[in-house]
Amino acid sequence: MGILVIAEHDNARLKAATLNTIAAATKIGGDITVLVAGQGAADVAKAAAAVAGVAKVLVADDAAYRDQLAENLSALIVKLAAGYTHVMAPATAFGKNLLPRVAALLDVAQISEIVAVQSADTFVRPIYAGNALATVQSADPIKVITVRSTGFDAAASTGGSAAVENVAAEADSGLSRLVGQELTKSARPELTAARIIVSGGRGMGSGENFALLEALADKLGAAVGASRAAVDAGFVPNDYQVGQTGKIVAPELYIAVGISGAIQHLAGMKDSKVIVAINKDAEAPITQVADYWLVADLFQAVPELTAALG
Amino acid sequence: MKILVPVKRVVDYNVKVRVKSDGTGVETTNVKMSMNPFDEIAVEEAVRLKEAGVATEIVAVSIGVTQVQETLRTALAIGADRAIHVQTDLETQPLGVAKALKALVDKEQPGLVILGKQAIDDDANQTGQMLAALLGWSQATFASKVKVEGETVTVTREIDGGLETLALKLPAIVTTDLRLNEPRYVTLPNIMKAKKKPLDTVTPDALGVDFAPRLKTLKVSEPAKRGAGKQVGSVAELVEKLKNEAKAI
Ligand SMILES: Cc1cc2nc3c(=O)[nH]c(=O)nc-3n(C[C@H](O)[C@H](O)[C@H](O)COP(=O)(O)OP(=O)(O)OC[C@H]3O[C@@H](n4cnc5c(N)ncnc54)[C@H](O)[C@@H]3O)c2cc1C
Ligand SMILES: Nc1ncnc2c1ncn2[C@@H]1O[C@H](COP(=O)(O)O)[C@@H](O)[C@H]1O
Repeated sequence: MGILVIAEHDNARLKAATLNTIAAATKIGGDITVLVAGQGAADVAKAAAAVAGVAKVLVADDAAYRDQLAENLSALIVKLAAGYTHVMAPATAFGKNLLPRVAALLDVAQISEIVAVQSADTFVRPIYAGNALATVQSADPIKVITVRSTGFDAAASTGGSAAVENVAAEADSGLSRLVGQELTKSARPELTAARIIVSGGRGMGSGENFALLEALADKLGAAVGASRAAVDAGFVPNDYQVGQTGKIVAPELYIAVGISGAIQHLAGMKDSKVIVAINKDAEAPITQVADYWLVADLFQAVPELTAALG
Repeated sequence: MKILVPVKRVVDYNVKVRVKSDGTGVETTNVKMSMNPFDEIAVEEAVRLKEAGVATEIVAVSIGVTQVQETLRTALAIGADRAIHVQTDLETQPLGVAKALKALVDKEQPGLVILGKQAIDDDANQTGQMLAALLGWSQATFASKVKVEGETVTVTREIDGGLETLALKLPAIVTTDLRLNEPRYVTLPNIMKAKKKPLDTVTPDALGVDFAPRLKTLKVSEPAKRGAGKQVGSVAELVEKLKNEAKAI
C-alpha cells in the first residue's frame, strides 16, 4: 500500500495542516510519499522530508505549479496516482479546491473531511454541519481523501529523513491564471493552529470594537476569530470566519464573545477542549456547548477579563 | 451566453437534524426542505449577470426525487428561464451528479456553470470541481466576486489566508461562497410567473449516467455530546475556574 500526500505550501513554508494529513495517512498504514509541487520550493521539500513517517518526497518544480492552480496540479497528480492506493490532502481551501478534480479525473469518489480512519477503506466524516457522523466505505481502487486537521494530532515535523526525488512537470493547461492575492497580515497565531482563540460576533457592534478582543488575545497569546455575522457586517476579514463554511477549529480554549451559537457556528468550534461564552442573553444557544458562560455586557466583561489576566 | 445553475434540495438550514435511531441516516420525514443556500446565491448571481446583459438565458437543473421540482420552481421564481429535472430516487453523490451535469452541458453548451460551493447536507464540496475536471474546463471555487468580460471571467475567491483573484478562460465553472451576493426575496407575482415557465424531466438513462452510489454509508451516528457546563457569576470566578478547574490558562 502506498499513500500520496499532497503538501500544502506557499513555495516557502510547508503549511501545518499537511502534518495532520500525514498523521491520518500513518493511521491508514503503508509507505507515505509527499508531493511538493511548486516553484523554487526546495525549503518545503526539505521540511517535508524531515517529517516523521515520510518515506519519500517527490518534487515537481515548474512555473505551472507556482500558484497552486487546480487545473495544473490535478493533471500532475493524476499522472502520479496510478502507483498509490490513497491520495490525501488537507481539507483546507487548497485541498477542497484540488482533490475533487483529481478524483473525477480518476473516475473515483472523493471522501471529504475525514475525522477518523477505521480501516484502509472505511472512514468517518461529519455531515449536516457536524450534527451527524457518517461512517463510509469506498470500493474504489484509489481513495481520494481530504483530512480535517482537528481530527488528527500533527505528525512530528522532525525525525524523518526521506529521500527527495524530482518528477517531471506536465504542460501548463493555460486555462486559468492568478491575478493577485490579498492576504490578511497578522502577528497573531493562525486560527487553525492556535492554542487559544477569542472570537467575536455581531454583538461586538463594530470593527473598532474588535480592539477589545485583540487586547484580550494579546494577553492570552490567542488568535482572533469571528462569526459569519461579524464578517458579513464588515467588522473583520473573511478569513476570520469560524464555522460550517469557514474554518474548523479545536483549540484548548475558545472564548465566544457576543456570538449567539447558531448551528453553523457551532459546527466550526464545538470540538474545542474548553468553551467559554460571554453573552448578555442567558438563553443564547452557545450556552448549550459552553463549559463556562458569563451573562454580562461584553463591553464591561471583556476589559475586566483582560485586566484580571494581569 | 447561457448559464447553467445546478440546485439541490436539502434539509432547511434552520433545522437541527436528528440521527435516526437505527443509525441509517438522519430524520427527513416532516422536515422542512429548501434550496441549498449556496445554490440560491448561484441563481441570484446568474440573474444579476442576465440583468447586466452578460447572460442571455438561465437554465436551472436539479437531480433527485420528484419533489426537487419545487426547488426548481423556486429557481424559476428568482429568475431562471427554464428548468431541467433529472429524475432519480437514488441518493445523489457528487461524482454521479457531475456526470449528469456534464451530459447536460454537452447538450446545452452554456458558457458558465455556477454551482454552490457545498451542499449543506452531505457537506461534500466536490461537485463543481468534479464537473470542471470532466469537462476539462477551468474552475474558480468559493467565489465572492464574479466579473465576465469578453472571453474571460475574473473571480475573487475566499481562501484560508484572505482573498485571491483568478482569471479564467470561458467556458468555466464557478462555485459560490456566502458573500458573493444576498439573494432577493421571491415575490408572489414571480412565483405565479414561475409556474408557467418550462420544466422538462429527463431520465438518467437518457443522459447515459448511473447514480449508483460509489461510497457506501455503513452507519450514521450522533457526535459525542459535550458535558453540561455552568454559568459563572463574575469575571473573577471565570478566571478562577479557567485557571484551577479547566487549567486552560
Ligand atoms: C449556509 C450558511 C452557512 C453559514 N455558515 C456560517 C459559518 O461558517 N460561521 C458562522 O458563524 N455562521 C454561519 N452562518 C450564519 C449563522 O446561521 C448565524 O447567522 C451567525 O453565526 C450569527 O452570528 P452571531 O452569533 O455573531 O450573531 P447573532 O446571532 O446576531 O448573535 C449576536 C449575539 O451577541 C449577543 N450580544 C449582543 N450585544 C451584546 C453585548 N453588548 N454583550 C454581550 N453579548 C451581546 C446577543 O445576545 C447574541 O447572542 C451560516 C448561515 C448559512 C445560511
Ligand atoms: N442532486 C443535485 N442536483 C443539483 N445540483 C446538485 C446536486 N448535488 C449537488 N449539486 C450542486 O453541487 C453543489 C455542491 O454540492 P456538493 O458537492 O454535494 O457539496 C451544490 O451546491 C449544487 O450546486
